Amino acid sequence: MTATLADQVAARSNAGSPQRRRRSGKSTLLTVVMLLCLVYFLLPIFWLVVASTKANEDLFSSFGLWFSNMNLAENLHNVFTFQDGVFGHWMINSLMYAIASGFGASALATAAGYAFAKYRFPGGNAMFTIVLGAVMIPMTALAIPTYLLFAGANLTNTVWAVILPSLVSPFGVYLMRVYAADAVPDSLIEAARVDGAGEMRIFLQIVLRLLVPGSITVLLFTLVASWNNYFLPLIMLNSPELFPLPVGLAQWQAASAAGSGSQALFSTVITGSLVSVLPLMAAFLFLQRYWQSGLGSGAVKA
Amino acid sequence: MRAETLTQEAPLRQHKKKVNIAKRRQYAAAYALSMPFMVMFALMIAVPLFYAGYLSFFKKQLIGGVSFVGMDNYVRALTDPSFLGGVGRMALFLVIQVPIMLGLSLLFALILDSGMLRLQRFIRLGVFLPYAIPSVIATLMWGYLYGKDFGPFAQLAKALGLPAPDFLAGGNVLFSIMNIVTWGFVGYNMIVMYAALRSIPAELYEAARVDGASEWRLAWSIKIPAIRGALLLTTIFSVIGSFQLFNEPNLLRVIAPAAIGQDYTPNMYAFQLSFVNQDSNYAAAIAFLLGIVIMAVSYVVQLTANRKERAS
Repeated sequence: MTATLADQVAARSNAGSPQRRRRSGKSTLLTVVMLLCLVYFLLPIFWLVVASTKANEDLFSSFGLWFSNMNLAENLHNVFTFQDGVFGHWMINSLMYAIASGFGASALATAAGYAFAKYRFPGGNAMFTIVLGAVMIPMTALAIPTYLLFAGANLTNTVWAVILPSLVSPFGVYLMRVYAADAVPDSLIEAARVDGAGEMRIFLQIVLRLLVPGSITVLLFTLVASWNNYFLPLIMLNSPELFPLPVGLAQWQAASAAGSGSQALFSTVITGSLVSVLPLMAAFLFLQRYWQSGLGSGAVKA
Repeated sequence: MRAETLTQEAPLRQHKKKVNIAKRRQYAAAYALSMPFMVMFALMIAVPLFYAGYLSFFKKQLIGGVSFVGMDNYVRALTDPSFLGGVGRMALFLVIQVPIMLGLSLLFALILDSGMLRLQRFIRLGVFLPYAIPSVIATLMWGYLYGKDFGPFAQLAKALGLPAPDFLAGGNVLFSIMNIVTWGFVGYNMIVMYAALRSIPAELYEAARVDGASEWRLAWSIKIPAIRGALLLTTIFSVIGSFQLFNEPNLLRVIAPAAIGQDYTPNMYAFQLSFVNQDSNYAAAIAFLLGIVIMAVSYVVQLTANRKERAS
């Protein structure tokens, strides 16, 4: 059994990184052109960093793409103390919504994807086809009836209103089915059955380990989707202390654009934006291995 | 003779029984594993979907409460300039933005895959990085960049004695939104395509390379056809995303209320109908129709792709 597994892994890692002889010719011209393109993608982020270090007046009086007087500490202080420190709540909420929806959705998708990939059972194919079709349903179209149903169940303006709808990821199930079909050899399941292991024990003790890379991909997808979610929390939540970052920051921006009171909020909104993109950027930098192979895994087989 | 058949049959029957038990156990396991998802799927997708369908056949009357009106809401939507205008605007968005975005993604993916680039990892990561920025924050950021107050474009124009470009004027704002979406998603689509390119077996084009085919020729004749699946997937997701546009225009509306109306996109319109006008029935019909439009367009995309595949 171990031999089969080792062979499988070896065969797969070979397929994953085809030994190809590339042309050794590196092109400096092409590199320069691509670096110029890169300016387009990175300059707005650079602007955000620069602008976060400026006081409100300096935003208007100094050139946007270079530093002026250092005011980052003051800005950060403003971000975390404005409106009794509601920004801290938003950060914790965003983290909580992302973690709950991400782990929940990827657990549900992993179990269902494996069942659809490895069991022939009555209704299995029909269910998978329906789930696959649902990938095309616009989620924003569901948001309004979901809101009405949740309102009927007194669930609006609670954390559940944001978490429960985010637990369902049809695309995640599709990815996990594709992944499980490849990653779990039938012979392994058969061997475990012959050894007398129950189906649940096979799943929990043998299969789950093989599915982890796929699950992490789905986890990343759903974490990002939840972290970015704006429409659903916007319609579901009223209380600012339940808002995730995007809803809260959008409200601050609206207030600053309206010039409400004498408070000039621009530097606070900008610094808040920078603070709220840092966690995901850091996650992407550290988890490169997973998303680079993972994002493609669905598309390759599609 | 008789005794023999008996002894043969008994274990056979026993075996069949065992198989049945095993099979039943497997069914039970399959249902146990898929049910948690399917129950949530039913509650969070199927039920709201049917509920929206149900709502769309009713209308809140001024007198006498809610009454069944058949297809009236749909008829109204199909002659409603707000809805049709929004769908038209999204179709225009789709026709211009999606080819530009996916074209750039494909170009970058092919360049990365050609192995001719120095600083390969750095460039790949840099192009992808905007994907890590939530669309709401990307829009806030671009809103300031576009702005006349302290946007660097306006500052540069001023320094050169030129009039500041008005990115948020009525005729320009759709393109400004296209830019935000393109900026955010080129990298994501590039990674999907790049991963697909990496999985093409090298034998497929080693021979062509030995024969001296150029990198462009390889890309056009071998690599692009080989990643048809990834191209179809990214196209369909982009179609779905375009028609659902909400975050970017809804936030830019704050700083460009004259250029972006409350019915700028079908989703903004449905949102307004439902939460400002309190007309959930009509909003449900709009949402349902939008879903049908998206499914129809996605289907056409798929069909065209399949036909091309058969033709080639």
